[in-house]
Amino acid sequence: MEAQVLKRLFKYVGKYKLYIFFALLFALISNILFLISPYFTGKAIDNMIGQGKVDFNSLLKIAMILIFIYITSSLFNLLQLRLVNLISNNTVRNIRRDVFNKISTLPLNYFDTNSHGDIMSKFTNDIEFISEGLLQGINQLFSGIVIIFGSLGFMIFLSIPITLIVVLITPVCFYIASFIARMSNKMFRDQSIVIGELNGYVEEIIGNQKIVKAFNYESRSLERFEEINTLLYEHGRAAQFYSSLTNPSTRFINNLSYIMVCIIGGIMSISGYISIGKISSFLIYSTQFSKPINEITSIISQFQAAMASAERIFEVLDEESEPVEDESIPVLENCRGNIVFDNVNFSYNKNKPLIQNLNINIPQGSTIAIVGPTGAGKTTLINLLMRFYDVDSGEILIDGINIKNLKKDSIRRSFGMVLQDSWLFTGTIRDNIVYGKPDASDEEVKEVLKKSHCDSFVKKLPNGYNTIITENEGNLSQGEKQLLTIARAMLVDPPMLILDEATSNIDTLTEIKIQQGFLELMKGRTSFVIAHRLSTIIDADLILVMKSGKIIEQGNHRELLSKKGFYEKLYNSQFISSTGK
Amino acid sequence: MFKLAHFLKPYKKEVILGPFFKLLEAIFELMIPTLMALIIDNGIKLGDKSYILKIGSIMILMAIIGMGCAFTCQYYAAKASQGFGTKIRKALFQHIGTLSYSEIDTIGTSSLINRITNDVNQLQLAVAMLIRLVIRAPFLCIGGLIMAMILDFKLSIVIIFLLPIFTFILYLIMYKSVPLYKTVQKKLDNLAQTLRENLSGVRVVRAFAKIDYEKTRFEYSNKNLTEDMIKVGNISSLLNPATALITNFAVLAVIWYGGFRINIGEMTQGQVIAFINYINLIVLALIVVANLVIIFTRASASAARVNEILEMEPSINDPSISNDYISLKDSNNVVEFRNVSFYYKNSKEPTLKDISFNIKTGDVVGIVGVTGSGKSTLLNLIPRFYDTFKGTVLVNGIDVKEYPQEELRKKIGLVPQKSVLFSGTISENIRWGLENATVTEVQLAAEISQASDFIEDFPDKYNTVLSQGGVNLSGGQRQRIAIARALVGKPEILILDDSLSALDYSTDAALRKSLKENIHNASIIIVSQRVSAVKNSDSIIVLDDGKIVGIGNHDSLMESCITYREIYLSQLDRKENTYGSPSFETTF
Repeated sequence: MEAQVLKRLFKYVGKYKLYIFFALLFALISNILFLISPYFTGKAIDNMIGQGKVDFNSLLKIAMILIFIYITSSLFNLLQLRLVNLISNNTVRNIRRDVFNKISTLPLNYFDTNSHGDIMSKFTNDIEFISEGLLQGINQLFSGIVIIFGSLGFMIFLSIPITLIVVLITPVCFYIASFIARMSNKMFRDQSIVIGELNGYVEEIIGNQKIVKAFNYESRSLERFEEINTLLYEHGRAAQFYSSLTNPSTRFINNLSYIMVCIIGGIMSISGYISIGKISSFLIYSTQFSKPINEITSIISQFQAAMASAERIFEVLDEESEPVEDESIPVLENCRGNIVFDNVNFSYNKNKPLIQNLNINIPQGSTIAIVGPTGAGKTTLINLLMRFYDVDSGEILIDGINIKNLKKDSIRRSFGMVLQDSWLFTGTIRDNIVYGKPDASDEEVKEVLKKSHCDSFVKKLPNGYNTIITENEGNLSQGEKQLLTIARAMLVDPPMLILDEATSNIDTLTEIKIQQGFLELMKGRTSFVIAHRLSTIIDADLILVMKSGKIIEQGNHRELLSKKGFYEKLYNSQFISSTGK
Repeated sequence: MFKLAHFLKPYKKEVILGPFFKLLEAIFELMIPTLMALIIDNGIKLGDKSYILKIGSIMILMAIIGMGCAFTCQYYAAKASQGFGTKIRKALFQHIGTLSYSEIDTIGTSSLINRITNDVNQLQLAVAMLIRLVIRAPFLCIGGLIMAMILDFKLSIVIIFLLPIFTFILYLIMYKSVPLYKTVQKKLDNLAQTLRENLSGVRVVRAFAKIDYEKTRFEYSNKNLTEDMIKVGNISSLLNPATALITNFAVLAVIWYGGFRINIGEMTQGQVIAFINYINLIVLALIVVANLVIIFTRASASAARVNEILEMEPSINDPSISNDYISLKDSNNVVEFRNVSFYYKNSKEPTLKDISFNIKTGDVVGIVGVTGSGKSTLLNLIPRFYDTFKGTVLVNGIDVKEYPQEELRKKIGLVPQKSVLFSGTISENIRWGLENATVTEVQLAAEISQASDFIEDFPDKYNTVLSQGGVNLSGGQRQRIAIARALVGKPEILILDDSLSALDYSTDAALRKSLKENIHNASIIIVSQRVSAVKNSDSIIVLDDGKIVGIGNHDSLMESCITYREIYLSQLDRKENTYGSPSFETTF
């Protein structure tokens, strides 16, 4: 599993093979140079034994070498950092692009069944972890290894016995660091669970502050908040304390090995085994040797987080896409709007058949109303028609062509759709209206605003139709937002129309006014209307009454009433009981 | 940022002792290179092994004590910083509870949430760093400098040169990168927004066949973000090589001039080595200082955001003197509006204009009007969610501004347009309306609201756990629980804000019937788009463009009010029925 994830991650990074090669090469050069320098510093010190015994000629030579080493090492270090910066940012960019493109190909089902918050967090948190992991991983892991082995080599070269002491102390350091990391990892996990709980609670309460106030819930919610808050305090304190022990502990071990080098080196030097300059070099190497070991322990946990995140992202990439359309698939052109449902079967869940043996024949230009109780499959019919979902068996034909053999986009473009859920994006009102027709002229926009009865409230906004709609949607009411989505569909002027509870949030008076606009638009076009309010569909050419996935009655209003069936009952119950109070 | 300092008051001990212990550790750390110089110059040069061992064991002892001090400090830092954050979170949460609708609207929900979580985290981190490093890092710098001066004053000039160069480079990098970090943050927000819109609007995107357009839009944000991230990365990548270079040149200078000093016998070899150690120490400390500056820059931005909320005065406050609102009670008029006008912030025109009406005890009042006519706004003024711009709203004959808000809202049972439920069990949700409601009271409320049947059908009945927002229930079920929630507190005024829309017609009728039968003392205000829902009310208020265009019962409005007639007729079956036909007979 882990290996698989790693392999895929490498595939992304692998695009920058040449960059990586040079990054590693530069890291090697700069670190080796970095490692050589203490050796020369030690040599320099050995050239200045005491009063009057300083060899300035050799000192000058060594200084020249050091200047060269320092400059090249820093230069290569800079180049390496910049390359890795490029690699990690571009890799992350490619991953983000791929995931977004992948999401664009996923069937609607994916969006209906997955938490949007979770998908969002994959794009933000998880990608951030990967980026950090890559950046730190490439930068420090490789440098670290070079430094560890390099300084080990130099230390052995300088003095084997002292090296042994340093090498013996280091695993202790490594062990302590990883022990603390393990402990604090667990505590951080606990902490993040509590943070999640706190965030959830805050989101719920503050997001619905209006209801909280209406029910005087403030003090009660504060109590619950305090409970979680206190829990967070305890977990947070523990996690922070344990994790902050790493630095002092490893510092202690480093100091210890430093001191041991001093003592043992000192004693050995008395016996003439080692020069003072070498001890000085050794001191530098021993700190350099243990430093990357500490860093590597932290990189490893960072890298693990990156792997876990990568796994979550690859999950998305592994979702099954809608099949890719062949380039040669014909587009729906000059659509007339004859629609046939032929023996259609469909279900969202294989165990719960929904639409069974559905047959409808819709001549062009007619208005079809679909009524029925919740869950009858009204919206499903639309989902099939727009190819948001594909039929399990049977076929749907537009102008005699099976829609499976037509380009999806061309089918969807042939429908103007207004949904119950009025979706607007951040941008000006104008941007939202021209969404389906970006090149619309100002005249056209004004015209459509008038037709959809948006102009009266748009005029009142501070900047007219250039007012920006934001997250909280300012002063737009639900009804006003729906009017805007109607304007958006009207502007496109499509050959067919789908109105799925398009006026549910709008009062009837405005609805009637809009309907005139709609009627004009619907003239000669095949239109589908789904509505709870029967009064809005009385004029339809064909009313389909659906119940549990089947069409149980069809006909126009008059015919259906005289049938004295389900429709008649529905119609009467609506009028009689709703007038009562 | 200092305005928040009082939240640290309970942690005075930790804030003072923490840095003190860290200082002790730093002192020990500073001594080590000097002791090492002693070993070399006295121990090795004189060949005194016992001296080496003696100094060596002192060093080990100091390292151990240093570690102990550091641990103590870390403990204090964790305790104080987490406590500080916890206290601020609580203060924020509490304060947000006192803010009124208009302040919450101004800041926006997601920003409020971000401030209580992310911003407080930044502050917490800053406090922890403050305790751990604020004394230690500068102390190591200055201490290192002083120790170096003691070792050899003339050579320490090298360090004095080193400091300004380092500071300058640091300043340059920060100066370039800090503003860029801000734009990166903004671009990240943009990216997230594009994504969020694509998730929630997936149907619309696909229906309009705009997938490719959205891909380009996303890729544009993506590219934009990446370019800036690379820029920031390139700038910060200068820090390491530059510091290394400066440090190394300083070391080189020390060796060179150290050579001269040794040659004239003013310095020893050990001292030069110690000197090099001090330079490394100082540079490391300087890097820490640089990080501290970055952390504090970020924290001060967060502090400003937190302060903005804490300093925000709620525009709606409880009256300063408590009134005797029981004896003042005017039992005739439950709700009265006197010449009320209202503006939302940033809107050009008033939403309500000169509204006057009154509602008598026990009355059922309907409010109708077209989209945007101000129905919901009018309702919001009764529980004083907003204050009027002009005019007064009275409940039981007393200005709503004279009530403590809690008292006022206790009288009102509100069923909002969007029925939001909270995570928890069904009975917990119903108890929102009355904290100590008994099981019978909860069940009774559910029965009246026609919710008991489906609740009893759940395996856990009233203990069924709802997920956030109650998404595991249907819209109609949510509305009925929301009604039960409003009923359980036995409100004097029940407000239904178009809240029966998701009910099918027979449930709707049953609910109305049971409300009629069970609620006797309360006045009911019903807002609806359907005239049929309010037709039988004792009186109906017709709103149009923020003004009242008619008040009266159904029959009188049919005669006198054009808007009402239009709305009513628009809802009739235009072909088959005429006004007054038998199918419109009322049921009760």
